[in-house]
Amino acid sequence: MRIVVPVKYVPDIQSDRAFEDCRLVRDPSEGTLNELDEHAVEAALSIIESLDDDARAASDVVVVTMAGPDADAAVRKTYQMGVDRGVRISDEGLEGSDYAGTARTLAAAVRRLGDETPVDLVITGMAALDGLGSVVPVYLAAELGLPQLTNASELDVDTAARTARVTRDLGHVHEVLEAPLPAVVSVSDHANQPRYPNFKLIMAARKKPVEEWSLADLDVAAETVGESGARTRTSRAEPRPPRPEAEIVVDKGEGGTALADFLIRNELV
Amino acid sequence: MTNRTVLVLLDTPATALRSPALEILTLARSLGRVEAVVTESPSVQTLAQLGSHGVELVRQAELPSTLGESAHLSTTVAQVLAAAVRAADADAVLLTSNFVTKEIAARVAHDLDAGLVVDAATLVEGPDGRLVAGKRVLAGSWDTECEITTDVSVVTVRSNAVVPATVDQPVETTVEGFAVDVAAGAVTVVERTVEEIDDAGRPELAEAGSVVVGGRGTDGDFGPVEEFASSIGAAVGATRDVVFEGWFDQFVGQTGVTVTPRLYVGAGVSGAPHHRGGMQASQVVVAVNNDPECPLFEIADFAVVGDLADVLPQAAAAIRAHKES
Ligand SMILES: Cc1cc2nc3c(=O)[nH]c(=O)nc-3n(C[C@H](O)[C@H](O)[C@H](O)COP(=O)(O)OP(=O)(O)OC[C@H]3O[C@@H](n4cnc5c(N)ncnc54)[C@H](O)[C@@H]3O)c2cc1C
Ligand SMILES: Cc1cc2nc3c(=O)[nH]c(=O)nc-3n(C[C@H](O)[C@H](O)[C@H](O)COP(=O)(O)OP(=O)(O)OC[C@H]3O[C@@H](n4cnc5c(N)ncnc54)[C@H](O)[C@@H]3O)c2cc1C
Repeated sequence: MRIVVPVKYVPDIQSDRAFEDCRLVRDPSEGTLNELDEHAVEAALSIIESLDDDARAASDVVVVTMAGPDADAAVRKTYQMGVDRGVRISDEGLEGSDYAGTARTLAAAVRRLGDETPVDLVITGMAALDGLGSVVPVYLAAELGLPQLTNASELDVDTAARTARVTRDLGHVHEVLEAPLPAVVSVSDHANQPRYPNFKLIMAARKKPVEEWSLADLDVAAETVGESGARTRTSRAEPRPPRPEAEIVVDKGEGGTALADFLIRNELV
Repeated sequence: MTNRTVLVLLDTPATALRSPALEILTLARSLGRVEAVVTESPSVQTLAQLGSHGVELVRQAELPSTLGESAHLSTTVAQVLAAAVRAADADAVLLTSNFVTKEIAARVAHDLDAGLVVDAATLVEGPDGRLVAGKRVLAGSWDTECEITTDVSVVTVRSNAVVPATVDQPVETTVEGFAVDVAAGAVTVVERTVEEIDDAGRPELAEAGSVVVGGRGTDGDFGPVEEFASSIGAAVGATRDVVFEGWFDQFVGQTGVTVTPRLYVGAGVSGAPHHRGGMQASQVVVAVNNDPECPLFEIADFAVVGDLADVLPQAAAAIRAHKES
């Protein structure tokens, strides 16, 4: 079986993130694999590991990222977890892509990988920690014409029956959904605990190549992606003024009263 | 372009509209003529609310009964919205903002080739007549504006971004059915349960004007947090660590509920970046923590260095006394 995992290269959320010319600054020293995509990689690897030896030998997990060359660091991180193959899609024509353009490009990559060996599952993270859209998996399913099982806090794949079943708890609604494979799944951070890389894989990941594809390698019309295809355009980006220093009270017996006073004074009760 | 038609998807028409829906109705009215879209019969109370928000027409989808629970799938609701956009020749679709509505919005934007902005805080008409959405991003540290360049715009609006306001002259609201031919898709709903919202109790975390969050510093005892929250009429939430410990059921943060209340109080919460990403757009931030170095103090307006088990009950008592006086 083949599982494709789209992963995003994002600025570390601990770093000072910023925009320049209305685009998010992607400083390679602060770039990292979107943490939530580790849950998608973990889900994919554990499904393959549950197969019998023969099926397992004929299976692979392929990560795909759409980003500049710095994103190899993110792909390598997935290699350290045990991913078999990584593809980076880089092209100037992809800069300024919106949700639709991003998904269109990723869908074309999934189709190309599917032409080699049928793709049984596409597993994404629940959100990229920079854009925080949580929408790319929905667009991907629509582009690929596949069922969508999103925001899964539990994922069970029955490889014999070729079905995927997910549990999701969103707000006040609890759902269990099932669909035949192939399907697009997004997993939340509740779905599993991503593994730590082992030494052997860390060493091997250093030398393992990352394949590079450009738009020319994909069946996607150039005018439908990147800035020219985008349906939304960031027209302004400004940092928020820093918050004034906090008023700090050390509790020596009347910290609670001080808190109450603050709230009453500011009409917050 | 004030002859714009704006469709608003109502999430709870069968009972009554909640604040986020009233907020987007208010916002929609500033952009053009508003029509509501529902997938179930609106209640008498909902119709009255719509009338006082100036909505004359509700388009109610008539779905094949064979759909069963699949009627609730995001893909189904997206098809309903797409059909309503075509029937109304609408220019914009507004939804509230949560994980479910974002899915619906993404699907309908895809199917209509429309531009999508999620989690918008503002929405106005730009100089060339296009809609421009404002959103606060990167854990509340940047404000951006996004222009939607397509003829149809799809926008989800975060809660507490607008103060709901009724119209001076309430209108008569009529419900018009429209048949939507949706075939059951490949996804089967094996199980679906909806927890009733108890409005006699606390406000909803995602829409509350005040939120109190208990962190690991509660050590599992949410008593002081609950007591304090009751005294100010706030919703209660937790950090992810607390939910993973099984001490509480709903957490605030980048992967949990995003809150944007007027007042956020974090007690025994360190203020990790993942947590801050879901609350940093709150107007006033208060922290109670026994560690003066905790990162939440960096973004707080007011902070108490102390044990939450002492500070919160004392504050609650003082507030109750103030309210009674
Ligand atoms: C702050 C900010 C706000 C934005 N707002 C909007 C907006 O309102 N409308 C709009 O159209 N665009 C917007 N964009 C652009 C949008 O972020 C990009 O198109 C992005 O690549 C996908 O959206 P996301 O980051 O929200 O991903 P999500 O939808 O949150 O991503 C979910 C999952 O999809 C996969 N994935 C996402 N991106 C990639 C990728 N590049 N390569 C591989 N896998 C991927 C990952 O598995 C990820 O976990 C915004 C960008 C930023 C930085
Ligand atoms: C991919 C990913 C996504 C995540 N998403 C989220 C998310 O959405 N939301 C979220 O909350 N977290 C999230 N996390 C976890 C996050 O990184 C932090 O670990 C978590 O928020 C810490 O919770 P906490 O503040 O309760 O605990 P801690 O960090 O342990 O802080 C406890 C605080 O309580 C204080 N304290 C202790 N005793 C007392 C006392 N008696 N009185 C007062 N103060 C006291 C301590 O000084 C300390 O500051 C995520 C993590 C990852 C890896």
